[in-house]
This record gives sequence, structure tokens and C-alpha cells, in this order.
Amino acid sequence: MAELNINERQAGDVTVLDMSGKITIGEGSVALRTAIRRLLEEGKKRILLNLAGVGYIDSSGIGELVSSYTAIGKDGGQLKLLNLTQKLQDLLTITKLLTVFDVYESEAEALNSFK
Amino acid sequence: MTGETTELTLPSQIDTVATAAAAVAEFVGREGISDDAAFGIDMAVREAVTNAVLHGNRQDEGKVVEIILKSSPDAVEISVHDQGPGFNPEEVPDPTAQENLLKASGRGIFFMRSFMDEVYWSIRPGGGTTVRMLKRR
Repeated sequence: MAELNINERQAGDVTVLDMSGKITIGEGSVALRTAIRRLLEEGKKRILLNLAGVGYIDSSGIGELVSSYTAIGKDGGQLKLLNLTQKLQDLLTITKLLTVFDVYESEAEALNSFK
Repeated sequence: MTGETTELTLPSQIDTVATAAAAVAEFVGREGISDDAAFGIDMAVREAVTNAVLHGNRQDEGKVVEIILKSSPDAVEISVHDQGPGFNPEEVPDPTAQENLLKASGRGIFFMRSFMDEVYWSIRPGGGTTVRMLKRR
């Protein structure tokens, strides 16, 4: 089984990536980077990462979230986060990245925020 | 169980991070460390080993990463040694400073310091850097 599984679905003009597994150095971080690059190449610039199934992330994974956020922003798009686990929320709090990312607990609310 | 010492010598490759984390998980399991503390130790070890493989040994296959796990009645101590040129941890920029928030890297040492009670770096005679991390029980 892959370290990080990513399922893509479309909700209007927002692409939702349902992720499960680990975003850690190596396979997990690369899988996220590859997915985001492909979406940008396809012109999909409104992206919601559903992290409900991501139980573990390291500094490399957090770096990849930041890189994704800046890459999408530079392309005129938006990246938002949905359903952080408590551990991930704690990590984003201590790194002060909760002040950077737009984070939601409700998918409907998250999708509406893109409009 | 206390007073145990475990030593590992691992290759300078990314897979070593997961190998080391698994060994440490087993060690802290035997030591009866709480889940919260075990999570922090796991985070810190992964970051320390990542630094040793990537920045210390630069994935040079001729170099190894040595890990020593020790337990005492008061604490568990984890040392990670690489064969790299060394660095000054005080010169690593604060990743939580506003100007660094959007940087893709530079949070590993911050996590090690956040999750462990004490973290020290030293240059070993004969070369290489050792990071010694302590988590009190």
C-alpha cells in the first residue's frame, strides 16, 4: 500500500483531494507534490485538501503543504485545508502556519469560501 | 524496563528514517513511555535522522548514521550521529518568524526542540555531528 493515497473528485469548480496515510519525507511528500503539479497543469487552481485521513506528517510534509500553497497562489489559484486531525492542527499551530492556511471543518463551508 | 542501551548503524538513505523510527517505537514501547511522549520522540527522531541523512551525510553511501537509544529511570536519551561537516544550530533561522513562514524547509530542528525536553549538538572527535535528545519520563 502506498504511503499516501490521494483520491480526486470535483465539486463544482473546486478540486477536492481526499488524502489518507502519511505525508512524510520521500514517497508521501512526492505524491502530494506530483498531484498538485498535475492539477495546475490541467488548469485546476481551486484546490481543497481533505486531510481527515492523514494521521502523520513531518517537517518535509509540512514544507510540501507550504510549497503547494505558494505554487497555487502564484498561479492565481487557492489552496485550502479541510478536516485537520488534532495532531496536524497542533503542528500547524506551533509552526504558526494556522495563520497562513485557510482551514475548515465543514466541506460545505470550505467549498462556499472559494466563491 | 530501564537501563537499556540499543545501538543501530544505518545507511545514508531516506528509507533509514522509517527504519530508525520503527526501532525507536519498539524501544519506547518497551520502556512504557506515554503515547503523547512517544509521538514527540517519533517526530524528533525522524527529523534528526532526516537531517543526518540529507544534510550531514548528503546521502553518501560511504557514510553511515549511528543511533544510540538509552533509558534511565528518569528519561530516555536518543543520540543520532552523522559523518558530515557539522553546522551551528544557532544559525538556523527561526521558521516561525513572519519572513520564514512560507519557506518550504527549515522546521526540523524546531520540531526536535519542540518535542524533546533537551537537545544538544556536538562535533565528535574524528568528525561528524551528534545530536543528543532527552525526553524526561
